[in-house]
Amino acid sequence: MRRLTPYLLALPGWMWLAIFLVVPMAAMASVSLQTGNAIDGFAMTFSFSNYGDALSTYSTQLLRSLLYGGLATVAMLLIGYPVAYWIAFRGGRRKSMYLFLLLLPFFVSFVLRTISWNFLLADNGILFGTLKDWGLLPEGFHVLATTFAVVGGLTYNFLPFMILPIYVALERVDPRVVEAAQDLYATRAAAFRRVVLPLSLPGVFAGVLMTFVPATADPVNAQILGGTSNTMIGNIIQTEYLTNLDYPTASALSFTLMAILLVGIFVYAKALGTENVLEAAAR
Amino acid sequence: MTGLSAIELEDVVKEYLSHGEVVQAVKGVTLDIAEGEFFSLLGPSGCGKTTTMRMVAGFEQPTKGLVKLHGQDVTNVPPNRRDVNMVFQSYALFPHMSVWDNVAFGLKQKRTPADEIRRRVGEMLEIVDLTGRERRRPREMSGGQQQRVALARALVNRPRALLLDEPLGALDLKLRQAMQIELKRIQREVGITFVYVTHDQGEALTMSDRIAVMNDGLVEQLADPREIYERPATAFVAGFIGTSNLLTGAAAGGVLKVGGGRVLVPGHDGDVTVTVRPEKITIGTEEPAPELSGVRGTVAEVVYLGTYNSYAVNLADGADGTVITVFEQNAHDATATAERGDSVWLSWQAQHSYVIGS
Repeated sequence: MRRLTPYLLALPGWMWLAIFLVVPMAAMASVSLQTGNAIDGFAMTFSFSNYGDALSTYSTQLLRSLLYGGLATVAMLLIGYPVAYWIAFRGGRRKSMYLFLLLLPFFVSFVLRTISWNFLLADNGILFGTLKDWGLLPEGFHVLATTFAVVGGLTYNFLPFMILPIYVALERVDPRVVEAAQDLYATRAAAFRRVVLPLSLPGVFAGVLMTFVPATADPVNAQILGGTSNTMIGNIIQTEYLTNLDYPTASALSFTLMAILLVGIFVYAKALGTENVLEAAAR
Repeated sequence: MTGLSAIELEDVVKEYLSHGEVVQAVKGVTLDIAEGEFFSLLGPSGCGKTTTMRMVAGFEQPTKGLVKLHGQDVTNVPPNRRDVNMVFQSYALFPHMSVWDNVAFGLKQKRTPADEIRRRVGEMLEIVDLTGRERRRPREMSGGQQQRVALARALVNRPRALLLDEPLGALDLKLRQAMQIELKRIQREVGITFVYVTHDQGEALTMSDRIAVMNDGLVEQLADPREIYERPATAFVAGFIGTSNLLTGAAAGGVLKVGGGRVLVPGHDGDVTVTVRPEKITIGTEEPAPELSGVRGTVAEVVYLGTYNSYAVNLADGADGTVITVFEQNAHDATATAERGDSVWLSWQAQHSYVIGS
């Protein structure tokens, strides 16, 4: 009985996963292979062509999503790493306050935050409208409905998920190890490159994972900040599901996206040397 | 000692700002550490010894004063351009690198040719007895092995001086004693100046050529171990190094009347503080001969410690509560000379009373 206790204690968690992850996934997998329509109903026909059709119809949006997700992730890494570094090593006694400030926007809903960017960036809104009135910007200038707006929105919305894991990794770097590198003739830059950066890679790995996946799949930013030429795969899935009621296509697209992301993560983990990363993370 | 200076500190002061207040960690330390010397900075935690060492390494800048390495002023030179290396308290090994890469780090940074790196790292790992463990990661090794990696990582660069910050603190007693002998051997072998920071007086006495005893940001005494132990310059040094008994009072004609007896302090008059080490004192029941110092008291405690018995004796005029500690070598049999409650005479030779500050 004693030996079983941990398993019994874990049971609610496993049940939760089974009911809310495995069952819906299986249901969705099944739907993705069905044919029919919302009025007459769907029937299982093992129609694997659903995947091919969906992919050929929406390959542009799929590639665009990966591009936007990738661009946003790179931007978040470039912005987030220095911020995490600064908080971890220069934050001093105010560290927790800075972290709180970082999370403060999360007290406002995701959609509302994105809408307020729309408001801020509107062609004749408070920012650009004023600048145009002063003659500082040309009349035709606009940011909304561009790639820049969507990638910017993604970057803004997911940035904390990049910063936090990197911060946690950097926070665990013993300052004496950095001193040791400097003592062994490393310049500040070399100490960073040879010691701090490798030791923070587990955080970078987690940060990229936690931002690239949701940013690529996100429908909200493209919908609110983008135009018709910025549609992402998340928007397509949403439309297929909620507007067109084409459940098989929506499911097939979801699975395709998931597969691509999983393969991408796997390749990325290999490239970064997961063994090293996990080993470092285990410290 | 050749007399050449490896490290010189000239009236070095280090101030910190702590909660808006200026705190002096080091209050004016002047040291001259000779080439090839095993030099210890000894003191309780917070005495400024680590700060002093970090100023030598370059991790801290002195608020005032000069740091010189081999006669060159390096006060404002960053650590990576100082020809000294440090062994850190918790080793600070690079966790993501193998033992080999840890040890080779400094040489690589100095752009040493690859074949020379290979040769020197191999030799160094042999000296610290880690050959065959090159591919291990630090966390796969025991504390003693990590300690030796840290030592090798610093020594392989052949620094002009090696700084060691309580390097044995994390090891258990047996290993620590073995490493003390090992460190001393390595130091003799490589002939490099060692500056050793410790709060463990036994460690300092065992290994050092000279010791600077620090307290509250100042050097209380700078001398060789024998001098420090036998002739402590201050009451602090007497108390910090080993166990010592302090007797104070006004001496007249070279005699200090205390404890129902007398302490002979030839040539001293007026207020004196006398120290006498516990192992110099003989415990007995007879009044000692007049050429010896002798005091009377009652045994308050007897502790059997294996190699010796330790007595706590309340002096006869115990109104001031003076307790004298006596160590009696366990040379013959395990029975103690006196028991709790016994009235005893404590005696020692005049030369074993040391008047502090004389």
